[in-house]
Amino acid sequence: MKEFFHMGGYALYVWGSFGATAILMIAEPLLLAGRRRAALARVRRLMRMRDNQQQSSE
Amino acid sequence: MFETFRTILKRDLTLAMRRRTDLMTTLFFFVIVVSLFPLGIGPEMNTLRLIAPGVVWVAALLASMLALERLFAADHADGTLEQMLLTPQPLALLVFAKIFAHWLVSGVPLVLMAPLLGLQYDLSSEGLQVLLISLLLGTPTLSLIGAIGAALTLGLRGGGVLVSLLVLPLTIPVLIFGAGSVEATVSGLGGDGHLYMLGALLVMSLVLAPVASAAALRISNE
Amino acid sequence: MNNSRFINWFKFSSPAAFYPLAGKIWLWSTVITAVLMAVGLYLSFFVAPTDYKQGEGYRIIFIHVPAAWMSMFIYVIMAGWAAVGLVFNTRLSSMMASALAPTGALMAFIALWTGAFWGKPMWGTWWVWDARLTSELILFFLYLGFIALQSSIDDPRRADRAGAILAIVGVVNIPIIYYSVQWWNTLHQGATIKMGGESSMEATMLYTMLLMTVAFWAYSIATAMSRVRSIILEREKDTTWVQEMVREGKA
Repeated sequence: MKEFFHMGGYALYVWGSFGATAILMIAEPLLLAGRRRAALARVRRLMRMRDNQQQSSE
Repeated sequence: MFETFRTILKRDLTLAMRRRTDLMTTLFFFVIVVSLFPLGIGPEMNTLRLIAPGVVWVAALLASMLALERLFAADHADGTLEQMLLTPQPLALLVFAKIFAHWLVSGVPLVLMAPLLGLQYDLSSEGLQVLLISLLLGTPTLSLIGAIGAALTLGLRGGGVLVSLLVLPLTIPVLIFGAGSVEATVSGLGGDGHLYMLGALLVMSLVLAPVASAAALRISNE
Repeated sequence: MNNSRFINWFKFSSPAAFYPLAGKIWLWSTVITAVLMAVGLYLSFFVAPTDYKQGEGYRIIFIHVPAAWMSMFIYVIMAGWAAVGLVFNTRLSSMMASALAPTGALMAFIALWTGAFWGKPMWGTWWVWDARLTSELILFFLYLGFIALQSSIDDPRRADRAGAILAIVGVVNIPIIYYSVQWWNTLHQGATIKMGGESSMEATMLYTMLLMTVAFWAYSIATAMSRVRSIILEREKDTTWVQEMVREGKA
């Protein structure tokens, strides 16, 4: 198992590039999920504001 | 058609002449930037001769970026740009006239000053000649492509920096062939091929850039 | 005339109709990405043989080349959607272009990063002014310019159309930039995959790389769909259809 990680002496380079790519390609979906949650929260806030206005105007 | 071109050109040139200091700032920026490099890199003539084309060309590129600010900003501010959008004449022609006036004011001084600065770098005489020709072909292309960026970022906060971020990647071929032509001539390879490419880039941006800038102006002024 | 067979594709040009479809596409492409990535990585490390010249180091090709291809391809698609949005004035197409830009920039960055990490053992330095790496760097700047321009304009309509102009001007310039940089200096190995000609790569290496490319494809589609849904939510937050959808919990 150890020599697998050794990558024939290229460990730094192979794992450097695969690692960075993995981090980036996991981080992007997470950021997107965050953005989606924020967008949904904003819509809900707007809906609450609209409902309150209707109640207060009745 | 040519009538409108002439009137816009005359108008812009007179406006530019009234604020002569703007004219000078671009030129002085160019001179200062070119003169800084020997101080940074050292007085050793061989290296200076080597880097001369690149330094002069990059400085010309940055100076033209700096000058782009004045292309539409003044007219946008006092509303004459709206009037220009409403004229029956094709907007691309008006924009082309403005870019041409802008080039005469900010590009030509660079072209005339460049050989003088080349002497600082001990460039050979035919090197200086090709530098002059390449800048003569290159600076209008820079103004044309820069006009697209200026039109896109009209009235935006932080527009100055944004223009360079948008425009510099697009001007890289001009830089490559411009600096390459001088370097090829100096090293004896002959820079004609590069100059042809510069001419081709110039013709292409002459045709496409005013149309793109006009479209960008319409969008910025909705 | 019974036109039930003829699916009116244009109905998907309205965000309300497109939103649920984007959700399905997002779901499926995420699943495909996960599966293909797993298989691809397994192939890259355990099946593909050791390269006679570059030893194990060459395995970086399995992410470097797909990322480079994707970065160029996404720019062209982005410019295409931007042009459609500009010409037909369809808001959704412009949203699609804005949704693609960050992923394209990410792909360009990955291509640069893995190119540098691959260049270090093979050519001895982290950054080499080689033609392809340089054009990739310029492509990365073009992406940054597009994103910076769109984010610095507040009015979404103007941002879409200004971005469209920049993307179209950019896509016209890409071949010019590529060939002027190629002409300026070329150090990079010749194209390992010659279109048509016999490619100089061993079969399993080639299939692994193509599989990884499809995985990167699915990944880009998944992120683009997810981002375009968020953009729709952000821009259409005041509309009744969005609020109904959120109320029913179907968003």
